[in-house]
Amino acid sequence: MKRIEDLHLKELRWLNSNSYVLELSGSEAIHDIRPGMFAEVRVDNHPEVFLRRPFSYLDYNKDEKTVSFFVKAIGKGTRKLGTLKQGDTVNVVHPLGNVFSIPENKKVLITGGGSGIAPFIMLGRALKAAGNEVHIITGGRTEEDILFSSAFEEYGEVYCTTEDGSKGEKGLLTQHSLFEGSFDFDLIYTCGPEGMMKAVAKIAKEQDIECEASLENLMACGFGVCLCCIQETDKGNLCVCTEGPVFNTKDLKW
Amino acid sequence: MVDLSIKIHELEFKNPVSTASGTFGYGEEFVDFFDPGQLGGIFIKGLTLKNRDGNPYPRMAETASGMLNAVGLQNKGIDHFIENIYPRLKKFDTHIIANVNGSTVEDYIALTERVNELEHIPAIELNISCPNVKEGGMAFGVSCPSAIAVTEAVRKVYDKTLIVKLSPNVTDIAEMAAAVEGAGADSISLVNTLLGMAIDAESRKPLLSTITGGLSGPAIKPIALRMVWQVYKAVKIPIFGMGGIMNATDAIEFMLAGSSAVQVGTACFIDPQAPVKIVQGIEEYMDSHGVKDVKELVGALKS
Repeated sequence: MKRIEDLHLKELRWLNSNSYVLELSGSEAIHDIRPGMFAEVRVDNHPEVFLRRPFSYLDYNKDEKTVSFFVKAIGKGTRKLGTLKQGDTVNVVHPLGNVFSIPENKKVLITGGGSGIAPFIMLGRALKAAGNEVHIITGGRTEEDILFSSAFEEYGEVYCTTEDGSKGEKGLLTQHSLFEGSFDFDLIYTCGPEGMMKAVAKIAKEQDIECEASLENLMACGFGVCLCCIQETDKGNLCVCTEGPVFNTKDLKW
Repeated sequence: MVDLSIKIHELEFKNPVSTASGTFGYGEEFVDFFDPGQLGGIFIKGLTLKNRDGNPYPRMAETASGMLNAVGLQNKGIDHFIENIYPRLKKFDTHIIANVNGSTVEDYIALTERVNELEHIPAIELNISCPNVKEGGMAFGVSCPSAIAVTEAVRKVYDKTLIVKLSPNVTDIAEMAAAVEGAGADSISLVNTLLGMAIDAESRKPLLSTITGGLSGPAIKPIALRMVWQVYKAVKIPIFGMGGIMNATDAIEFMLAGSSAVQVGTACFIDPQAPVKIVQGIEEYMDSHGVKDVKELVGALKS
């Protein structure tokens, strides 16, 4: 059941010059949280920030009642959240949205670019627990963008690409050698810049593999009433916040 | 105990707080947050005769103290509503009010006749002020002759409570209000969104697919308050005031300016419990200010 909660900042940990992990404590909604879902976080005390900001869960801790989010400080709202101090109150509406499919005993590929890696720690854990063989590839501009590699290694085989070649293979994510030769995955997951997700979806389609993409369209409410975050699909304009954020890419008009 | 009830035409509302059309879905989306039965009414998402996909993405842009939207009345049409949604709304212990839209006067009449069959919808809000549709919508609400024509036509086929929602995108709001009152409206709601625009200086492109959209939120509150006050002086029928109401103080200000009731809109996106908190806040204000009947606040602006 979705709810509105006042949580408290437990830790704000900068990972590089523009990204941080926001860890909040005091959540009662943890038992409802599953891979793919997101929260709408209120940004207080900024005259130009009016709406909440949606973030996928990075992780949660049932014992400590904490939830965490991976945030790229790229706009007014995310930069303001980055100035919060330990103990500050953070108002959250959650958990929202649908979930990724979790098959059993399959071979799956997770593809994450930029802040799109956020939902994949929880997904990787759930996939491994269901007996799947998990492969995770992340892409970024430089080495600085390749994050959470050690967390991902707990759940599967990890690869990466950087555009400048500073880590992993040089080039775009879909140019990685993993995509050459025998490509025998049963399911692909993707989250990141739209161009990257479309390229991954195209490969999935060519190889006749199911592909799930987590979208991050601009939204006002997060629970299906403003009708702002719509995505064109074969079933008409659907709200990313309630019918998504996870969509099977064959349903999207990409 | 304070008396929060108000009357609009022949319709009794348990309190003066309703939710604005397009910001509260059909009410069901909020049951995890609070019981919508605690509200005076729910103005449901705008209805049209046929399915409308609405405008292309992007349809929303955040602005200082507000937001622009260009949704364009996305809904599945009246048949889908009657078959699939309406039966579920009967359980709410509050007034369900339909927001009626059309491209032509004939559309408004046909849709009103369909809504008139629905026993649990005791009122309609005639929307002649949507800024996000190419045909009809706001076009009816920015000239007196067309506003009169559509209001008179709908009045002829509708005996229940008829609320007409006005656009703020006019030169003289009082003249518009007097016109629809003369045409048979039982009540007026105002304001719909203000026509606005947002641009990305980097890409030099508009932020909305439709270039312009409707501005809502606290940014428009002073304009909305002024218009409510002007309309209050110009008509005798009761007013639903709205435009940037975020808390009980805002709602009380609208009542002092002349609103008999208020609608809470964009606030629902940021605090889904805002409408019910506003009901509680009005009650607290009345307690602390010795106001026994909420109707005492209507138009009680001191000069």
